[in-house]
Amino acid sequence: MSSLVTRVRLKQIEQFIEKGKRLDERGLRDTREIKIEQGLIEKAEGSARVLLGKTQVLVGVKVETGEPFPDTPNEGVLTVNAELVPIASPNFEAGPPNEDSIELARVVDRGIRESKVIDNEKLCIEPGKKVFVVFVDVYVLNHDGNLIDASAIAAMAALLNTKMPNYEIKDGELKIKQGYTPLPVKSHPVTVTIGKINGSLIVDPGLEEEQVMDSRISMAINEEGHICAVQKGGSGYFTPQQILEASKIAQEKAVEIRKKLNW
Amino acid sequence: MSEKHEKLIDKKGIRLDGRKADELRPLKLQVGVLSHADGSAYIEHGKNKILAAAFGPREMHPKHLSLPDRMVLRCRYHMAPFSVQERKSPAPSRREIELSKVIKECLEPALFLELYPRTGVDVFVEVLQADGGTRCASITAAALAIADAGVPMRDLVVACAAGKVDDTVVLDLYDAEDKLGAADLPVAYMPNLNAVTLLQMDGNLTTEEFEKALNMAMDGCKKIYEMQKEALKTKYMVVKEEAEE
Repeated sequence: MSSLVTRVRLKQIEQFIEKGKRLDERGLRDTREIKIEQGLIEKAEGSARVLLGKTQVLVGVKVETGEPFPDTPNEGVLTVNAELVPIASPNFEAGPPNEDSIELARVVDRGIRESKVIDNEKLCIEPGKKVFVVFVDVYVLNHDGNLIDASAIAAMAALLNTKMPNYEIKDGELKIKQGYTPLPVKSHPVTVTIGKINGSLIVDPGLEEEQVMDSRISMAINEEGHICAVQKGGSGYFTPQQILEASKIAQEKAVEIRKKLNW
Repeated sequence: MSEKHEKLIDKKGIRLDGRKADELRPLKLQVGVLSHADGSAYIEHGKNKILAAAFGPREMHPKHLSLPDRMVLRCRYHMAPFSVQERKSPAPSRREIELSKVIKECLEPALFLELYPRTGVDVFVEVLQADGGTRCASITAAALAIADAGVPMRDLVVACAAGKVDDTVVLDLYDAEDKLGAADLPVAYMPNLNAVTLLQMDGNLTTEEFEKALNMAMDGCKKIYEMQKEALKTKYMVVKEEAEE
């Protein structure tokens, strides 16, 4: 990725940042515009498409029944998967998930799981035997930077849109009834990613910024302003002061984004 | 988790394994434990037992993965099937793939990648027994293995976790605390450069707790850092003695 073009770009980006500006006219702490469309996939129990600037992520949620994990017999199961589909970027290839898509899925998963988004005990049908399994599939449709935040918002929006089938148990058999109930959602975390370019912290890095930044840090923040998940990425470092500054920025941004989204 | 589990810290502030809140588990570090690796290290961190081996700088295989302007660092974090209570399939899990990536990214800032264009360094970490905090112990050992291979480094990378257990911020969580505790915050750090190269967290922390845990983890790192340097010196003392004989 250290091609000649990106080195020239790096200079340009650095000069802009020194003046407190970004290539797309944003300030250092500005996020791109967020647009959400929910329920666009009728066959899925929940879905949402998020546009973060030009980055586009579609999340579909499927709810099925399955067995609980032996150590949590009263709780439903959440699984998150991410696909970096080849239509999203010339650099994505078809094939089994690579380390980038696995990291993306696991960071989104941690944000949801650790913030206790889903009231897991309400997903229990028969303790130890049958529970609802919630599959969250993140589909990246256009990669223009900051897939983590776009995917986290899209996953949340899709879960808020998810309906669980009604059921009854007759003679020990599970029967699906007509109608749906909304998925029990208890909390609305917002994930904020901050990139570091030449010692400056920038919020919501775009694609070109991502290609030249030396590291990033993502934080999932819940309604109380608590930090629920953190992931540092990239081959650079942060000083302890920068980390604390980033956590402050993330908290401010989370409040701002939550307000905008009405969460 | 609605049911209340048993207390992990007693009234005197002593943890289930007898440690104080800011106390590390016992550590043992050894360098140069494998004869065919260019560099190697073994770490016992509490009940964690981990071997790390480094190879290179050497020609990349496959060749097309090499880069014209710098060296490529590759890492594999792998857990032995017998390292945990229930047998783990030897195939790489999603967790292991993610950890391999973050371990690679936390070691890269320590290396002068631009000095060795077209080459690669491979670091293999094998977790022989796991008891919480394996990624941190793996990083500590991997950095030693790279240093032992003679690859120039800006600093050693050392890692240690802090977290929250029963509303108390504690250092170096072991398995039970990690599973039942409220938060886990692994940190990798280069003490001489004051640079944090790995930071992950899961759980629930306020800003104050986050700051306290980060500082506690870095203090833990600094203690382990001294042991790392000691382990490196010890190996070369043995080499020196052998040479003199």
